[in-house]
Amino acid sequence: MYGGGYIFDKLQDNQVNDDPEKLLLFEERIARGEKIEPRDWMPFDYRRQLIRLIEQHAHSEIIGALPEGTWITRAPGFKRKLALIAKVQDEIGHGQLLYSAAETLGKSRENMINDLLNGKSKYSNVFNYPAETWADVTVIGFLIDAGAIINQITNSKGSYAPYCRALERICYEESFHLKQGHEGLVFLATGTFVQREMLQDALNRWWEPIMHFFGPPDKASVHSEKLMKWKVKMASNDDMRQEFLNTYVPKIWELGLTLPDPKLKKNTETNKWEYTEPNWETFWQVINGNGPCNKERLKVRMWAEEHGRWVRDALKTNQLTQSVPLA
Amino acid sequence: MSSLDPRINRLELPQIPGGEILKNQEHWITYEVFHIKKRGDHPVHVGCVHAPHPDLALVFAKEQYGRRLACVSLWVCKSSDIHAFSMEDEDMFYSAVSDEKKYRDASGFKVRDKINKFKKGNSDALV
Repeated sequence: MYGGGYIFDKLQDNQVNDDPEKLLLFEERIARGEKIEPRDWMPFDYRRQLIRLIEQHAHSEIIGALPEGTWITRAPGFKRKLALIAKVQDEIGHGQLLYSAAETLGKSRENMINDLLNGKSKYSNVFNYPAETWADVTVIGFLIDAGAIINQITNSKGSYAPYCRALERICYEESFHLKQGHEGLVFLATGTFVQREMLQDALNRWWEPIMHFFGPPDKASVHSEKLMKWKVKMASNDDMRQEFLNTYVPKIWELGLTLPDPKLKKNTETNKWEYTEPNWETFWQVINGNGPCNKERLKVRMWAEEHGRWVRDALKTNQLTQSVPLA
Repeated sequence: MSSLDPRINRLELPQIPGGEILKNQEHWITYEVFHIKKRGDHPVHVGCVHAPHPDLALVFAKEQYGRRLACVSLWVCKSSDIHAFSMEDEDMFYSAVSDEKKYRDASGFKVRDKINKFKKGNSDALV
């Protein structure tokens, strides 16, 4: 599902001197629209930023399964339970695909998980919030997945081939996620008074995290130009946020629901959406470990590694030697 | 800490020790996966899985790559068993598509003009 509002490292122009001739050929290849494969020469910073981006995306898939997983045991009805289990399993599969894509760049899956558990690697901020009611699950399934699809379709046109291939597979499955989320949301919106109230409450609570989802506004972004040129970052945070608002706000409003921002409207002259900036201080607070669920998410992840260890050990053979996925 | 997920409240959640929690290769090694969409098709590379041995690689490949879309079989092999040319040497395959080798391509042989010319020149004889 999910990846948005990536936090890139500061670019370090002078730290490593890439061979200027190779750099030129590399940039020409990207400008021609060709893809970069794992064994190709690439600038140090391209590799570093991609590892960071794909790794964050992978962690988001894995951690993203937790808030929704909360409701598997209490999903209303058998079909919804089956669909939710399938969706959560998809997300874990997406995580695996993305870890593999990042591994082609030379960082092992074990190290990525270590960095996640130690708080060094981030994941999408939305998953540090709790899914308090079933309505939250429908809001996540519809709106967060919608945001993720915008992000992932955009990124799938990037320059790094293994990441693009993984995203194409992922986007195919996301269409089911989006539909099942929308169906669940519409069911509540067209249901009883209590169901509508529950949904409205979920929308009110999730609106700020959703506005945070695509990351800080462009004017606060420090590293876009080179990453855009290298097709690591394919669209600005604000552009993706605009695309999201343009497609999905009307789908909420048409159900007679509201969003908790009195300023939210489309300016018919500029064709842009106007909104109140969400509190970005909160965003940084949550990213840095102080959200409502950060600790629980990582501890649950830690528990899974710890309790899976004896199984992994039991299956080990003594012929294992390190290898890196090819493509 | 109380979770909204009753299953999580039943666990005794561990402290995170920090440092190197997983050792490299604790998640085994990688196998490349090839997907066969229907009988008669070539296997197509679709990605990889982590597994300790080929049997489990097949199980994981089925979970990962066989649970959506048509599939009749999957192949797996160790990533390290694949040998490949470097993509940076792609120019050595250029001759395969270059115009210089038209002599071994159907498009390198044209006869229609000659036949038409022949028919025109011998129209009387052919009656």
